[in-house]
Amino acid sequence: MFDFFKNLFRRRGLADRETLPPPSPPRDPDDTVPLAELGMKTSPDATRMLLRPISPTRLSVGVAQDVGRVRSHNEDVLLSFHGELAGLEAMPNFGLFIVADGMGGHSLGERASSVAARAVAKAVLDEVLPSLLADPQADVERPTLTEVMERAMAGGNNAVVEGVPEGGTTLTAALILGDQLILSHVGDSRAYLFAEGHAEQLTRDHSLVQRLVEMGQITEDEAAVHQQRSVLYRAVGQGEGLEVDVMLRRLSPGTLLLICSDGLWSLLPTHLIQQIIRQSASVQAACDALVKAANEAGGPDNITAILIQLPG
Amino acid sequence: MTNRLGISGDSSLKPGATLMNRYSIIRVLGVGGMGSVYQARDLRFPNVTKYAAVKEIINIADPSMREMVVKIFEREANTLASLDHPAIPKIYDYFNQGDRSFLVMEYIDGKDLETYLNDAPGLLGEELVVEWAIELCDVVSYLHNHKDKDAKPDPIIFRDFKPSNIMLDQHQSIRLIDFGIARNYMAGQKGTMIGTEGYSPPEQYRGEASPAGDIYALGATLHHLLTKQDPRIEPPFSFSERPIRKVNPAVSMELEAIINTALNYNPGDRFPTAHDMKVALQTFKRKTSALSHISKPLPTGRIDPAKIAGAPSATPAAAAATGSEPAVVVAGEVSPLWAFKCEDEVRGGPVVANDVVYVGAYDNNLYAVSAPDGKMLWKYATDGGLPGSPTVHNEVVYIGSEDRRLHAISTRAGKLQWSYYAEAPIRSSPRISDGHIFIGADDAKLHAINLQNTRATWRFPAADAVRCRPAIGGGMVYFGCESGDFYAVDMRGERKWAFKAKRALTSSPALFNNTLYVGSMDGNVYALDAGNGWKIWQFRANKGILSSPAVEGNLLVVGAADGFIYAIDIRTGREAWRYQAEGQVNSSPVIHKGVAYVGSIDGSVYALELANGKLRWKFKSGAPITSSPAVANDVVYVGSFDKHLYALAA
Repeated sequence: MFDFFKNLFRRRGLADRETLPPPSPPRDPDDTVPLAELGMKTSPDATRMLLRPISPTRLSVGVAQDVGRVRSHNEDVLLSFHGELAGLEAMPNFGLFIVADGMGGHSLGERASSVAARAVAKAVLDEVLPSLLADPQADVERPTLTEVMERAMAGGNNAVVEGVPEGGTTLTAALILGDQLILSHVGDSRAYLFAEGHAEQLTRDHSLVQRLVEMGQITEDEAAVHQQRSVLYRAVGQGEGLEVDVMLRRLSPGTLLLICSDGLWSLLPTHLIQQIIRQSASVQAACDALVKAANEAGGPDNITAILIQLPG
Repeated sequence: MTNRLGISGDSSLKPGATLMNRYSIIRVLGVGGMGSVYQARDLRFPNVTKYAAVKEIINIADPSMREMVVKIFEREANTLASLDHPAIPKIYDYFNQGDRSFLVMEYIDGKDLETYLNDAPGLLGEELVVEWAIELCDVVSYLHNHKDKDAKPDPIIFRDFKPSNIMLDQHQSIRLIDFGIARNYMAGQKGTMIGTEGYSPPEQYRGEASPAGDIYALGATLHHLLTKQDPRIEPPFSFSERPIRKVNPAVSMELEAIINTALNYNPGDRFPTAHDMKVALQTFKRKTSALSHISKPLPTGRIDPAKIAGAPSATPAAAAATGSEPAVVVAGEVSPLWAFKCEDEVRGGPVVANDVVYVGAYDNNLYAVSAPDGKMLWKYATDGGLPGSPTVHNEVVYIGSEDRRLHAISTRAGKLQWSYYAEAPIRSSPRISDGHIFIGADDAKLHAINLQNTRATWRFPAADAVRCRPAIGGGMVYFGCESGDFYAVDMRGERKWAFKAKRALTSSPALFNNTLYVGSMDGNVYALDAGNGWKIWQFRANKGILSSPAVEGNLLVVGAADGFIYAIDIRTGREAWRYQAEGQVNSSPVIHKGVAYVGSIDGSVYALELANGKLRWKFKSGAPITSSPAVANDVVYVGSFDKHLYALAA
């Protein structure tokens, strides 16, 4: 398995970049230009992440999604909103990013993830955008960010309970305001931070095997092949009073945030994810390469990745 | 993706269908992993209505697998038929018909415990659950002591204890159902599923099935019955994080301890046998029934976790200790290294520099006291009370006074170097940065005073009196005022952003990792983004907050007028622990070497472990403590309304 990955990534090394398929067109017309196009050199030996946002002040965002090679349905949802306002009364950079992975028979999974992601996004945008665009000198009552996220997650949960009662979904939502990250999480999609060469998994899977690993009953390797590895004990849409994990982080300049579904992380060990990102020319190219690598490793599940880089 | 039930409902037998010309299907009782369980009528008894429960296994298509399944099915049916215990249903018959195998057994007219629990209006009483628990231990013990036909030990592991597998029959007796013949042959699961088995012990997920595993599952079942918290939708193995008595305070501590023993992660830490657990339950039952005629009020409401953990709590002697003699030492309390008496109440916090403690008192004096022995070095008289804390910088001690002046006094001689006049009393504590001293006053201004020329470089107008100590960082000054307005002002005195709490911000903000933490009389602790003033989180106490937060690592500690000392995880904005003092906590905590020190109106200084809020020690002075303690060289210095400054070993 490991050798397979090594070979996979040797082929993808920078030396023979021309053998790579052409990068897919950016999904966001406003997105980052790959560094190569600006004639900048990247070095695989550098210890810190090589990606550099083009603009020194804005968030760089890449997104990619694929149904994978086995499934006929796509039950993953990817949602990305971000904006900036520069000038006299600049506002802090704003971004809202959601990955949701639905579950339940028939089309319940895809409906549950979609209903939840849209409900959460609408609730957050409704509350945050008016304050964000208000006159900064005026005494405007601004909402408390963790509470905005908590209300939104509760709303997303209700939307699934009422709209898709037999379905459920994971949901990992990241709100970025300036350099503050507020992360809400339920299920086994994941968020990782990559800063100065270090990888940190921010989220904790709400899965049976994760608990067994934490208790020292099984190893990470045993968890990866455990018969019950897909059993979650918490998901959006399983009744009232959903308990949501909330995490706060101050993000240093240049930090990368990856949000992905298990169709990505269960196929690619963290160090490989890191390596792929390091070898990519832009956040968008990195997302495309991550999805491609998960497919080449078998693509048994839907694959979703959002990669965000902070300015600086 | 996978249907959680494994098979579609269509394959169930319809009512009226007859098996072996004898069993007429009446209805489906339940649908399991490998088939359904039916209620059937036995047609051999035409004149009486005799029911039977018929359990089916729908065989798999693969012929070799099928043969194996049938063989194991027959073997298990034989084992069941050999069992003789009142809680185990009788087996009447088994046979194969078409693609299915059937097991005919005693029909139990009753309710399973899951249904019973869901139908119960409130929480179940412990007498009832203990009765069931004893019967369950009895049948489990019977199964574990099973012997084969050659009288060799052949323990039967039930493997699937849960309320839905336990019936309460028409005589209110416990009956075990679903011996899970099909359990071993569940098809491998595909796709993400929600809901765990919930009751299984950790080792079962490594493939270990043992009597100790049944004891764990029994404990899990009892936990569910007493708390109504379904373990299938809680984090797996989280029973110890969800103490029974926290949900159901009517449950005895002894019963909780028995269930916790059964729920130990390590099989060796559980009851060695089901019989041992039964004995423990019987002993408990005898004790409670003997005591039941002595009615005593059950504890209600919130339980103080510190007290459950066995931390020393107040004794009657402590309550009686107020009055003339301060520092009465009682159990769990410490005595001071020394005490220094001022002429009036000490309301401001001390500061320690070069082995000298500086503290202001309401007798208008600033005292300099030798830290090692508590001897007075000098005192300096202002013309007003000193409610704030001093600051020491380059051999000068600065303190604001209700005489409207900021006094700069030499640390050596205790003589005035210079003073600065505000337009109203000063109740704020100063902060020094960038060659300036920043201090608020009741004239509703924050004063930035140049230390070289002792004149104000600027005065920032606030909406009301400024009584907090400002926070400074990244070229910005942050402070709140009595109207609840909070300001971020740059070093030129220009406002960058503002924020408004609903009531006064007397608490001093703490600046940590570009986030400001401040308490308000509106009962909230606010976490504000220092860059833009957005509220990142807010934490609600039950009453106002005068105390200034202290932050270390991921924890913030603050007191509130509701009598609690709260620790908040700054990475989530959620409570990590709380400790109940015996009075309002308006003093500001200090954190030193993993311990938080804070005073209370109840007269005590509490030393609490930062990690979990456990009381390490407390010291009781003769009157309220509202000021913040100071720690230097592992000694805690604190002033009290009993006029004393105390030195306590940290």
